[in-house]
Amino acid sequence: MNVRSQISMVFHLDKCIGCHTCSIACKNIWTDRKGAEYMWWNNVETKPGTGFPTAWEDQEKYNGGWVVEDGELKLRSTSKAKTVFNIFHHPNMPTMDDYYEPWTYDYQHLFNAPEGPDQPTAVPISMVTGELINIKSGPNWDDDLGGSPIYAENDPNLDGLTDQQRQQLFAVERLVLFYFPRICNHCLNPSCVASCPSGALYKRGEDGIVLLDQNRCRAWRACVAACPYKKTFFNWSTGKSEKCILCYPRLETGQAPACFHSCVGRIRYLGVLLYDASRIEEVAKSPVEDLVEAQRSLILDPNDPDVIAAARANGIHDSVIESAQRSPVYKFVKEWKIALPPHIEFRTLPMLFYVPPMAPVMAGKENGAVKNVSEDLFHDIEEARVPMRFLANLLGGGNEGKVRYALRKQKAVRWYRRALTVGDVTDAQAAEMLAQADCTPEEAEAIYRLTSLCTFDDRFVIPPMHREEAIEMMEDPLEHKQNTGFGFLTGPRRGL
Amino acid sequence: MNSVSSYLDQFFFLAFPYVALFTFFFVTIERYRNRKFTYSSLSSQFLENQQHFWGLVPFHYGILAVITGHIAAFMVPREILWWNSKPLRLYILEGSALVFAILAAVGLIAAIVRRANVSKMRKVTSPVDWVLFALLLIQVLLGIEVAVRYPWGSSWFATSLSPYLWSVVRLSPDISYVTPLPLTVKLHIINAFLLILMFPFTRLVHILVIPNPYLWRKPQVVRWYRRPVKA
Repeated sequence: MNVRSQISMVFHLDKCIGCHTCSIACKNIWTDRKGAEYMWWNNVETKPGTGFPTAWEDQEKYNGGWVVEDGELKLRSTSKAKTVFNIFHHPNMPTMDDYYEPWTYDYQHLFNAPEGPDQPTAVPISMVTGELINIKSGPNWDDDLGGSPIYAENDPNLDGLTDQQRQQLFAVERLVLFYFPRICNHCLNPSCVASCPSGALYKRGEDGIVLLDQNRCRAWRACVAACPYKKTFFNWSTGKSEKCILCYPRLETGQAPACFHSCVGRIRYLGVLLYDASRIEEVAKSPVEDLVEAQRSLILDPNDPDVIAAARANGIHDSVIESAQRSPVYKFVKEWKIALPPHIEFRTLPMLFYVPPMAPVMAGKENGAVKNVSEDLFHDIEEARVPMRFLANLLGGGNEGKVRYALRKQKAVRWYRRALTVGDVTDAQAAEMLAQADCTPEEAEAIYRLTSLCTFDDRFVIPPMHREEAIEMMEDPLEHKQNTGFGFLTGPRRGL
Repeated sequence: MNSVSSYLDQFFFLAFPYVALFTFFFVTIERYRNRKFTYSSLSSQFLENQQHFWGLVPFHYGILAVITGHIAAFMVPREILWWNSKPLRLYILEGSALVFAILAAVGLIAAIVRRANVSKMRKVTSPVDWVLFALLLIQVLLGIEVAVRYPWGSSWFATSLSPYLWSVVRLSPDISYVTPLPLTVKLHIINAFLLILMFPFTRLVHILVIPNPYLWRKPQVVRWYRRPVKA
């Protein structure tokens, strides 16, 4: 057992209202720079929809992530041998057209336009070329377009749905959509790291954050092609790739990352998971249908004395272990099993988990009134407008059982609380639902509290990162006395 | 021999190579140590993908093959002469060298056209890039002219240029090997040293950071501030 700690995340999709506050917080802090205008380290997608960049989930198109061939884990986009040939022209490199060409507006024209018969307008201008631009699409062009034949109908997750299910999704009165916020998953088996010819990408040993060494990146572009979530971006101005850094300067000072901190719906949770690094490869090679379970088995119980001893032996600080014991992520993912990894079939073992959203029921009409009577207590889970198959493709690696389990438990918690507070559900009914959903009243109460009544400190259990001790090993603070500081002191000026 | 051309020969083949080599080593190392961030291939594939393939791929394969040939003739001239002792083998070597040179020229011209025509490309092309393009194009075209007008260069490189270049390396330059050469060949040599001089001031530095460790490193990279103590 090789115990490591990982800062992990849960996004509760049932609470996301699609306000994009997270995206704006991130953009204002990190990507409001030349060459990075088009990047959205955090973005919110409408599902069903094609996302950003367009159809990123379609690996037939982008060739990201891993596949298992002859019992070996292999990158789809590159290999040691292929790197030699891919280095001049990467065959799987997306271009700006797959994202969008960033633009601004010529606001000065509103003030400077000469007097004339017409109102002056602010025309759109490309932020790359500075020329007039005819805007055809943008980063969030399909926002809320749940039933759109251009976007929603091309969602790769519709794969495997029956014609009837597809028609339901797009029938006018039954349209449905939910939001899917995304950041870098800080994977356990990151394909961006494995593909980087220069070794510029790395996973931090102490907290598992995946970073990109700007001094070592040489623009070979392999990471952009290899990441199946398309969360490494190429800065066309500096000639370096960039990615989400999980706001590590904030985490190191005990603050939640900006997108987490600003989340209006309070859908985001962050905490430490302890995991067994010696089994990563074995788990990543599991058969597709077992992947969700296999990844869960990697996550270790932070209260187990053996795990604690092994963690200490690996140099994990007691305060980090204590933080792992209070981790909300551990509860959602491992104890309650209601948070699931996105597209685990890409085999990067993402460490961002999603609680699947409850969807409105597919109600029938009788004599002009809505008819919704069923003997089945979990009726609206099975008859929801978002087919189980769709959610399974997105969050279960195709395994409907995992999604059904998570949704049934959420539904049972609602009925349990309804029995307690509203009273239109009998205690017997609530108890039966809990039993069927593999849930105890105590667990239901805990899920309810962490979902609905969670405070800031409940949602973000940030471990002390002890960077101060770590950095003292590398840099002598006194050496830099009366200096401007230490680290990356020059601006990111493009090379000649 | 008139004195002006003699002075020019002395400048370009005696002094200039050392100016170029000194600048190359000094600035390259200084840039790597102090401005590491600027070491990048500055790829523009993200902005334009189609013409990129038709320019960059033939250029790189062509130029790499040709440079390998030059280095081989410099390092192992005897073996090259031995290989060329059979006419058929000489024709194969010279013929394939010319093909690769033409490949490089075609790719280079395609790359220049791409830079000039695509508006996004012009935004990421600096004045230094244009100078570099000009030098490279001159060098490749001069090389092709030499190959066509003065054939069997692989043999005479080994007998006249290799000794000269080695004399430069040994710090006792002997320009008697190069003074009798035709003007085109001389220009090719001078431009080569000019490229070496310009090397550290251009994006050419990406050649020095080719990622060979990737071929033997483990796929995953983990960096620790403090390595965990193994139990």
